[in-house]
Amino acid sequence: MKRTVFLGAMTVAGLAAGAAAAGTLDDVKARGKLNCGVTTGLVGFAAPDANGVWEGFDVALCRAVAAAVMGDATAVEFVPTTGKTRFTALASGEIDMLARNTTWTFSRDTDLKFDFVGTNYYDGQGFLVPKSLGVSSAKELDGATVCIQTGTTTELNLADFFRANNIKYEPVPIETNAEGQQQYLAGACDAYTTDASGLASTRAAFENPTDHVILPEIISKEPLGPLVRHGDNEWGDIVRWTLNALITAEELGVTSANVAELGSAAVANPEINRLLGTEGDLGKMIGLDNEWAKRAIASVGNYGEVFEKNIGEKTPIGLARGLNAQWTQGGILYSPPFR
Amino acid sequence: MPHDQISFVRKHMLPEAPPPATETGAVKWLRENLFSSPANTLLTLVSIFVVFNIASASAPWFLNGVWDSPSIAACREILDGRVGGCFAVLSERWNQLLFGFKYPVELYWRPGLAFVLLFVAGAPVLFGKIFPRKMLFFTGLYPFIAYWLIWGGSIMVPIFALLGVVVGAVVYSRVVTISAGVAVIAGFVAALIFWIASGYISRPMADVMALQAVPSRDMGGFMINLMLGVVCVSLSLPLGILLALGRQSRMPIIKWICVVFIEFIRGVPLITLLFVANVVLAYFLPPNVTFDLILRVIIMITMFSSAYIAEVIRGGLAALPRGQYEAANSLGLDYAQSMQLIILPQALKISIPGIVNVAVGLFKDTTLVSVISMFDIVGMIRGPILASMEWKGVYWELFGFACILFFITCYGISQYSQWLERQLRTDHR
Repeated sequence: MKRTVFLGAMTVAGLAAGAAAAGTLDDVKARGKLNCGVTTGLVGFAAPDANGVWEGFDVALCRAVAAAVMGDATAVEFVPTTGKTRFTALASGEIDMLARNTTWTFSRDTDLKFDFVGTNYYDGQGFLVPKSLGVSSAKELDGATVCIQTGTTTELNLADFFRANNIKYEPVPIETNAEGQQQYLAGACDAYTTDASGLASTRAAFENPTDHVILPEIISKEPLGPLVRHGDNEWGDIVRWTLNALITAEELGVTSANVAELGSAAVANPEINRLLGTEGDLGKMIGLDNEWAKRAIASVGNYGEVFEKNIGEKTPIGLARGLNAQWTQGGILYSPPFR
Repeated sequence: MPHDQISFVRKHMLPEAPPPATETGAVKWLRENLFSSPANTLLTLVSIFVVFNIASASAPWFLNGVWDSPSIAACREILDGRVGGCFAVLSERWNQLLFGFKYPVELYWRPGLAFVLLFVAGAPVLFGKIFPRKMLFFTGLYPFIAYWLIWGGSIMVPIFALLGVVVGAVVYSRVVTISAGVAVIAGFVAALIFWIASGYISRPMADVMALQAVPSRDMGGFMINLMLGVVCVSLSLPLGILLALGRQSRMPIIKWICVVFIEFIRGVPLITLLFVANVVLAYFLPPNVTFDLILRVIIMITMFSSAYIAEVIRGGLAALPRGQYEAANSLGLDYAQSMQLIILPQALKISIPGIVNVAVGLFKDTTLVSVISMFDIVGMIRGPILASMEWKGVYWELFGFACILFFITCYGISQYSQWLERQLRTDHR
């Protein structure tokens, strides 16, 4: 029984080998589904809900791309990947894009042959301490015991930070975030350090979240963004500009609520017109129709809406916009113009 | 002594008196088993203390358990500071724990039915003396029925797969009189040719008696553990027997193929093989082509456990006295007959504890697939459930539940094997 499946798969593999040379965009359209790599589960960023529907900050980007390309935000096959399998899944072509809170680094962009198309979340390593510790800055953590995940860049960042500030600490090595949470709550360490978004979601799960504070210092740069394979620049452009469209939409005040109205006819602001396709031919330039951005925004909302819905201050995770605010609002989100 | 000096002679039997209080019932048992010496007494007291502490600490957790609540936050509100488990996560995510989060809800009856039929199919194999042999016919059909129920799709696929097996079996039985080894290969090749040919027929007939198809990626939960466990154990047993016989073969090529296979597989950790299945195979296939992840994993786990089972059975073969082999030869039986009638029944009987050991270990190892991003029960817990906003932070309840499921299954397997050993015991003790 199994062998037939195997042989069938091999036959299909042989037949499909010829077709594989076509661009990712054509593959996605032919398949009618976008294969999008996400995490196997990270609160707020990607997780299936009780009905099995994927939701989250990274998930919204996959849906926006699917809406832009195929006009259907549900035409996404979410491929869960672990930290160990994510890059091979992308390199082997099992997925068309990876939106898995992956830090944009030099070697991943160059040596691993991927293209990061932008940053959808600027993260950084922070500290979580109990309020009762009476500490208001990470620089006051002299002599503290710190829970730290081994084998990660956060471990190195921590050592750098304490050495640069000439203060001492005692590391308590842990393996996973879950273990870190348990150790920290059990009082095995004074402070817990990992990415600030991770700290926020960890704290959100505590019985008394208000008893703990995240210190203001961010000691590393972790730009998280979607990535695609090297070599298919047309596809990379589509993902990049879908992300930029969501960011620009927020900057221009286009929301999922008013996008239909703004996009029905040309309005006073020419950039909105170009974005929503009522003026110019931007969509054609990336191989889509002119309403691509309109569909993307209509399906998931603009960047701000996505942020607020999944990880913003009204959710249990309660992340402030911080660096991820628009450049006009004091953040560093800055989309190139739609022109 | 004169007779009249005896002052009292009992004229009748005393009624049976109960044994002294210290020599009966619970008291005797306690005295002999728990307080037989000062050291044992001390150990008993310490144990009672430890057990009492564990029980008194965990009892409120069980008794105050909340079974109905939409999230852990609501759970904590209901508990209001008391100690208590939040078992609501089990009732809330029950289906996800058992079937994964994507298997269509309205189709749960299909894997459920397949699970029930598994017992019907397994009964005549496992309890041969109790159930009629005719039921074995159903057992033979079961894999194809189960495949059709769980994956759905056209009924032609399992039917052609079944016919392929029949073709292979017919060819085997024709050739086996010439040579057992050639017969196995010929049967396999015949089945293979039939399957390839049938692929062209069954593809256009994709809608014939089709159930709604469910792709492998949509399966998850304990269902995957059970599927992998059952399929891999039942496939690796015959494969392991062949490997064990091959390793003892006098034909050098067959012998060395088997030795290299067994030693290579045993020298590599299962998790490495799983990574190969998930990650490395993708590089050998043409881009944009992936073939079924569950199938890849089944192949790898089967290879892994068949190597171990082969070694267990080799132990059984080695334990048989040479006289058994010679007796089989002297009766004029050929290789296939002597193995089938004389050697294997005895060797397999000796190997039962070892085989069961491998089977139990294999079943638990199926949770390793969570590392290659498959949502088996552990994958479901670690991934979607603990990553949902509602249930982040619920560890004990979920992993405890997984433990119970695995314990029930593995304990059942081990009890069965002990029963089987008693059934097959032919010495007179």
